Amino acid sequence: MRFEIVVALRFLREGRFQTGLIVFGVAAGFAVVAYITALVGGLQANTIARTLGTQPHVSIRPLQDAPRRAAPPLADPSARSDPAIQDVQVQPRAQRLRSVDNWGALVPLLERTPDVVAVSPSATGAGLARRGEAARAVALVGVLPDRYDRIVGLSSRIVAGSMRLGPGEALIGSELADDLGVGLGDPFTLASGLGTSDTFRVAGLFDLGVRDLNRRQVVLPLRASQSLLGLAGGVTSIDLALTDAFAADAVAARLRALTGLDAESWMQANAQLLSALDAQSVSTGLIRVVVLVVVVLGVSSVLVVAVTQKRREIGILRAMGATRGQLTRVFLLQGAIIGAAGSAVGAALAWAMLWAFVTFVKGADGQPLFSFTLAPSLLGGVAAVAMLCGVLAASLPARSAARLDPAQAIRL
Amino acid sequence: MIGAAPIIELKGVGKVYGTGTPVANTVLHGIDLRVRHGEFAALIGPSGSGKSTLLNIIGLLERASSGEYLLDGRPVSALEDAQLTRHRSRSIGFVFQFHHLLPAFTALENVTLPILIRDGVVSAQERARARALLAQVGLSDAIDRRPGQLSGGMQQRVAIARALAANAPLVLADEPTGNLDTRSSDDVFALLRRFNHERGTAFLVVTHDSRLAARCDRVIELTDGRVIRDQQIRVPA
Repeated sequence: MRFEIVVALRFLREGRFQTGLIVFGVAAGFAVVAYITALVGGLQANTIARTLGTQPHVSIRPLQDAPRRAAPPLADPSARSDPAIQDVQVQPRAQRLRSVDNWGALVPLLERTPDVVAVSPSATGAGLARRGEAARAVALVGVLPDRYDRIVGLSSRIVAGSMRLGPGEALIGSELADDLGVGLGDPFTLASGLGTSDTFRVAGLFDLGVRDLNRRQVVLPLRASQSLLGLAGGVTSIDLALTDAFAADAVAARLRALTGLDAESWMQANAQLLSALDAQSVSTGLIRVVVLVVVVLGVSSVLVVAVTQKRREIGILRAMGATRGQLTRVFLLQGAIIGAAGSAVGAALAWAMLWAFVTFVKGADGQPLFSFTLAPSLLGGVAAVAMLCGVLAASLPARSAARLDPAQAIRL
Repeated sequence: MIGAAPIIELKGVGKVYGTGTPVANTVLHGIDLRVRHGEFAALIGPSGSGKSTLLNIIGLLERASSGEYLLDGRPVSALEDAQLTRHRSRSIGFVFQFHHLLPAFTALENVTLPILIRDGVVSAQERARARALLAQVGLSDAIDRRPGQLSGGMQQRVAIARALAANAPLVLADEPTGNLDTRSSDDVFALLRRFNHERGTAFLVVTHDSRLAARCDRVIELTDGRVIRDQQIRVPA
């Protein structure tokens, strides 16, 4: 093998202009692949983290009152075959807030369920926040603060005050505080749709990173929420955090069967977001494949030219006793070396591009849009693919080099 | 020095290009030829007489269309490409008209190239031998220079050292002095003769130069693909 390595390196060094150009071409290609992979990976991880930061992995709610649909769809063939059903006008029943039956017994059961790391009951409903002339529609989220914190990590999002919630205290989003004109310790009134209302003091302000949530959410003690919403000891949902966020669908299905209640995973709740992320993954995959094809073609064409240029040398090597196999390997190795060198330069380039992105592209708050990592495993993978592509690109030229008729090549 | 055993033995070797096409061209007609170990023979003839084709066949770079070829006593006509290559690297050294060194390698590396190809490594001992060979052809000072930095005569002397580096018993030289001036070509020819004497290497030299042919031990003349003269012109020393 040493002969092949020595000759491959010499050939590449001899054509250093060509070699430099194609190594740079490969580097550019692989920098794009690594950059897109890291960027999109970071973007998606960030999007999912933000989504999950304000949502439970699985939410358990009581089943809705049936029937739920106003009329059977006309496309339903069974409905058409039965005229009696067709005539029935089914109206949706007005949904009132329903409590999860027997939730007190359910919580310890859920805590023992595999994959579940945190359980938080909550009493949630619509309400109105008022202070003086200002009034805003809000979502009342009544929770046990310690449990709730383990679902959404609220304590790390408190920007003023504290997470501690005493009776008559509430946490509100920073935007809502601005809207109402309240600060820490200030009183304001919360009313529910039932007409009950109560006065609360602002114990803390949070910033969930999503303006709409900051404007709408009011976190209050479970008991206070229950009395406002008329739930009297009931909860509207039980929220779960899991060890693996992507197991949510499976866990939700299991819990539906176990409890007979409605269990919704964050993936179902965000189906559109996830399908958008999927579409993004597919299109970046496509870009990567196209880049790889271009790189392979580029390397291949350079090596095809190199074989033609080196006809005589190949002939000499054959006359000196080099086998076809040896010459094949000389050119395959050149492809592999170009791939390796290209991916090394490409990794540096990708790193520079990502650094530039993080340094110069900032969000509204002056912070980088999201963090990224150029994982060694990604670079290793890209380098392996680069070498493989190099070898693949070299296979055709290598074959033609090995097939060269030595007598003709030398014109002995 | 000359043994009785032939290094080259051709029996009725013919070569046809474009077999089965309307332009089939017979280049060699039933050549019978024996060259013994240690011989120094010239192969002469006009352009198009088939000299180069014959040399290619003897050098295992081309296959004969018919007839039989024994290289150093072993029939090689029916061998596969890989085996031919092995025989070639073991038995035959080449000196080409345009010296054909690899431009990316130094003189010393060019000389050791056949060994690198054969063994994958060049031992210190072999490197020393290659240096000695380069010294013998008068290039002690040029061992680390690239072919581009050497004159034509010097390059041809590197090529001769390379042909001898792997200790092949047969060296095929195609117009080795073809593009050299008279003095350089005399030097190069003298070197070939010297290695023939000192090492007993058999040489088959294709040349147009009748002056050089006259200094060989044997002259084989080819015309229209046939041997028309095969003459021992001097008794080897």
